[in-house]
This record gives sequence, C-alpha cells and structure tokens, in this order.
Amino acid sequence: MITKTIKRSQFNPLVVRSSKKEKPRSKSKWAIEFMAILMTIFIFGIPFYFVIINAVKDATESASLNMAWPASFHIIDNINAVFQAQNGMIMRAFYNSIMITLLSIFLLIIMGSMAGYVLQRKKSKLSPLFNFLILAGLIIPPAIVPTIWVLNSIGLFKTMPGIVLVEVALHLPFTVLLYKGFMATIPKEIEEAAIIDGCTKSKLFFHIIFPLLKPVSSTVIVLTAVAVYNDFVNPLYFFPGSENATLQLTLYNFTSMYKTEWNLLFTNILLISIPPLILFIFFNKKIISGMTSGSIK
Amino acid sequence: MTSSLSKRYTYYFLLPAGIVYLVFFIFPTVMSLFFSMTWWSLTDWKFIGFDNFKTFLTEDSLNVGFKNTIIYAVVTCGLKVVLGLLLGVFLCTKLKSVGFIRSMVFFPTLLSTIAVGIAFTMMMHPSQGLFNVTLKAMGIIGPDWLGDTKIALLSVALVDVWKGVGIATVIYIAGIMSIPNDYYEALMIDGGNSFHKFWNIILPLSKPAMNSVIILSFIGGLRTFDLIWAMTKGGPGFSTDLIASIIYKQYQGGFYGLSTAGNVILFIVVSALAFPLYAYLNRKEVDL
Repeated sequence: MITKTIKRSQFNPLVVRSSKKEKPRSKSKWAIEFMAILMTIFIFGIPFYFVIINAVKDATESASLNMAWPASFHIIDNINAVFQAQNGMIMRAFYNSIMITLLSIFLLIIMGSMAGYVLQRKKSKLSPLFNFLILAGLIIPPAIVPTIWVLNSIGLFKTMPGIVLVEVALHLPFTVLLYKGFMATIPKEIEEAAIIDGCTKSKLFFHIIFPLLKPVSSTVIVLTAVAVYNDFVNPLYFFPGSENATLQLTLYNFTSMYKTEWNLLFTNILLISIPPLILFIFFNKKIISGMTSGSIK
Repeated sequence: MTSSLSKRYTYYFLLPAGIVYLVFFIFPTVMSLFFSMTWWSLTDWKFIGFDNFKTFLTEDSLNVGFKNTIIYAVVTCGLKVVLGLLLGVFLCTKLKSVGFIRSMVFFPTLLSTIAVGIAFTMMMHPSQGLFNVTLKAMGIIGPDWLGDTKIALLSVALVDVWKGVGIATVIYIAGIMSIPNDYYEALMIDGGNSFHKFWNIILPLSKPAMNSVIILSFIGGLRTFDLIWAMTKGGPGFSTDLIASIIYKQYQGGFYGLSTAGNVILFIVVSALAFPLYAYLNRKEVDL
C-alpha cells in the first residue's frame, strides 16, 4: 500500500477546450447552477441554521424546536449558563480535550515520522510483516476491554497519559502511512551527502530529513486535531470519571429524562464546533489534500 | 556505497512507535482472543470455552447486531459511493459556485459526530421536529423517523451519509482531477458527448478513487458506534443495535467476557469482509 500525493492538474479536466467555450453561458446552465446552490443550502445549510437560531433563543422559545426568527436574543446568557453548568465542567473539558489533542499530535509526529522514514528506506525480510501490521491497524477495530485491562495493569486507566497513548496507538498506522508515502519523494542523494560529511544516524534524521517532512507533518497536525478533538468513543471507554470529561461529553449536560434545555444544548454544540470551524477556515486545502492523499494509491 | 546503504537506517527508529502500537493495540487485540473465552471481572477470570460466543449467536438481543451492522454498512457505503461520485463529477465542472458548494458539503465531516447526531435527533422528532413540520406543511404526515423500528436504522444511516459524503466527494474530486487532459482531447476528436465523457473516461479512470471510497466507508460503517449512540442508543427495542453498540452495552453491564467476545466477533466480521474486498478491488486495479 503505497501512498502517493495526487498531482493536481492545472487545467480543469471536465471542460474540453474548444471554441464552444467562448459562447455565452446558456440559460439552462444558470438554471442548473441555481438549483445546485438551492439544494446545497436546503440540505447542508438548514441544519446549521437550525442549530444557530435555536442557540440564541431563550428556554421557552427554543422548546418548540422551530426555525422561526427569535423574538429576543439570549446568546450571551446562554453562553454564561453553559459555562456555569455542572460547576464549570466545560472549562475542565476544554482543558482535557485540548491537552489530549496536543499531546497526541506531538507524539504522533515524532513516532510516526521516525517509523515512516525507516520503513520506507530500509527493505528487509521484515518489511512485509510491518506492512501487514499497518494494514491491520487500519482495518481491525480496537479490542476495548482488553485495552482497559492493559491500562489498568500499568496504572494508566482514567489518566491523561493513558488516553493519549491509546489515541496515538490507534492513529499511528495512518500517520506512518502518510510519512512513508512522502519519504518516497525525498531523494536519497541528500542523505549520501550528509553521510559523507560525517553525520550520525540520528542527526541525519532530526536535522536533515525531519525538516523536509514539514508538509506531511502539517497534514498530520490538522487531521489528528480533527480526529482526536472530535473523538467520543475512546474517552468514553478509556477516560471515564467526572474529572475527566472531554468536550464531546459536555453535550450530555443538558439532556435528562425529564427536561432538556434545548437552547443551552445548541449553544454547547456551537461552542465546541468553533475549533473545527477555525481549522476549516485556515487549513481547508490542507485537510482535504491530507484526507485524499492517504487514500488514493 | 551499496553495503552502507541499508546500514544507514536502523530499526531502532521503530522502537517508540512499535512499543506504543504493540502495547496498546496489538497486545490487547491478541489477548481479546483469550479473554473472549472467559468469564472475566478484570481482576479475575474463569475459562468457559465458547459459551460467550454461543450466547452472542443465540440470544436475540445480541445477534440482531449482525444483520443491523451489515445493513448499516451496505446502505451508508452504497449511498456515499453513488452520491459522492455524482457530487464529485458535478463539482469538477466550471460553475461559479463550486467552491461554495464544496465547502458546504465538506464541512460536516469536521464536526463532532455526537453534535450532529443530537441536532438531527431534534430535527427528526415525530411531532415537533423540523422534518415532520415541513412535511406537514406540504400535507404529508411524516414517519416517526427514529421511533419506528422499521426505519430507525435507515434514518441514522441517512445522517451518517449527510455527515460523511464530503470525504467521499473530495476523494472523487482528487481522482477526477488526476485524469490527464489527453483523454478528453481524444474524445473530442472522436466526437464524444458529455455522457461518453462520464461513462468512458471519468468512471473507469476514477476507479482507484472509487475503491478507496468503498473500502473507507464500508469499514467505517461496520465499526460505527458514536452516531448510533448519540441518536437512538440502539433503540427502539434493539432495532438499531450494531455490534459496536452491543459491545458497549455489555461492557456497561459488567459482562467483560461477553463484551470481549463481541469485540472478537466484530473483528472477524470486519476482517472477513474487508480483507477480501481490499484484495479484490486491488486486483481489479492492476487489470486496468
């Protein structure tokens, strides 16, 4: 399984260059475009509008769950209420989520780049085994209770290092694959020159190769950030306890069997969607190219 | 120089990644084969052979997971493959709004599954929800999306497609963009129309992209847990229970051996379907 970054063509392949291009756009084309925009707004826009509009309403108004324009705006009150719920659980959750994400990214970059580098360069009888292990990691679902048992035995269950190491282990195969794929594009002559100059193995990697891997590293950063930040399942299993809440779990603060405070729930959804939104605005292209480069051979 | 070539790289570099991967992934996976055959309380275990598997296969509340998991994976995967292709082809045209539509389609993939699940659960409320209120305005009585055992699983699958079709679309776009222009020029000389362009060029040449979409979304579908948990928690009854949600329920109930047996079963189901599918799709690719 060799990954290869896709060469993006400069031209648009769906438009055949011909004299037809100079003709003014026909009415039917405008109609198609109009319909497309309308459908996009209908299918993808309305859910966002629904969440946002209900986040600014007060409790009674949002209880009817409709799309009507709010009679009055309560977004500041709602944000305050969300921050105060459960003794400020969301602050704790922000801290936990962000720490888990940052630590996972850091470890994945170091470990993944070292492994990807050696696996791409060194070919031996063991290579097929390593390739199989990477593929297995991409396909096999993690064994839940045995992992808890391992964490418990070494005293890391319900701890930050524990959840971080699990996240790292589960995201390593894809990360190594990305680094391995990119290493194939770096010429070996660079290393030969460094060796002649008397560079040691670790210096060669950390001072010469690692900086060249920057494009993949930034891909790993954004992809891991999205995946780990949004992860619900692993913290649920491996990081339980009220002190250990992550942001995804704060969503359950406002639903109970008897009463659900919709406006606060929607405000909470909005608040925790802000980091992905920021990532999306600044790294849109990086995220898309990362997601596609790992999957197309 | 050749002798120093392989010496230049050392497998010591694999150690940090290897240790973490072995301890927190490979070892638990291997141990799950053993613990699935035990009565287990984390500190104490008793070997009971295949009893857990028997329970899993015979009890109705547990084996419903197989059927549901396969249905869920096939429906989500199929819709993502088809809709992703259509969207991908459409978004490779030179319309002015392509950037806007692409962003709108892709953005949900970055959101939290739980948040999306909760928001859609509200919109699928049988009487107050947005879906049925809109349908009512049009004079149609909408179904109870998540409360009707016949359609609840499909409702969740639709939300999964809403959230995940963006990844399929960008993979297709990348595949279509990498088709060399020569093909279109050749087609133009031969006088082909846009249907020929789609059928004879885009479809066969975006096959690697399609294979990735199939594999990714199929495995993703088989392993789904969070969306089901956010929307129905397996209900009503057990009509939307997937293997992954049953694993969690057994874990919550303290049946660790049974939960691990569920894990092994999921592992077998995923491997039995995904590895052959992967091999089959790759073999086809070589033929191209």
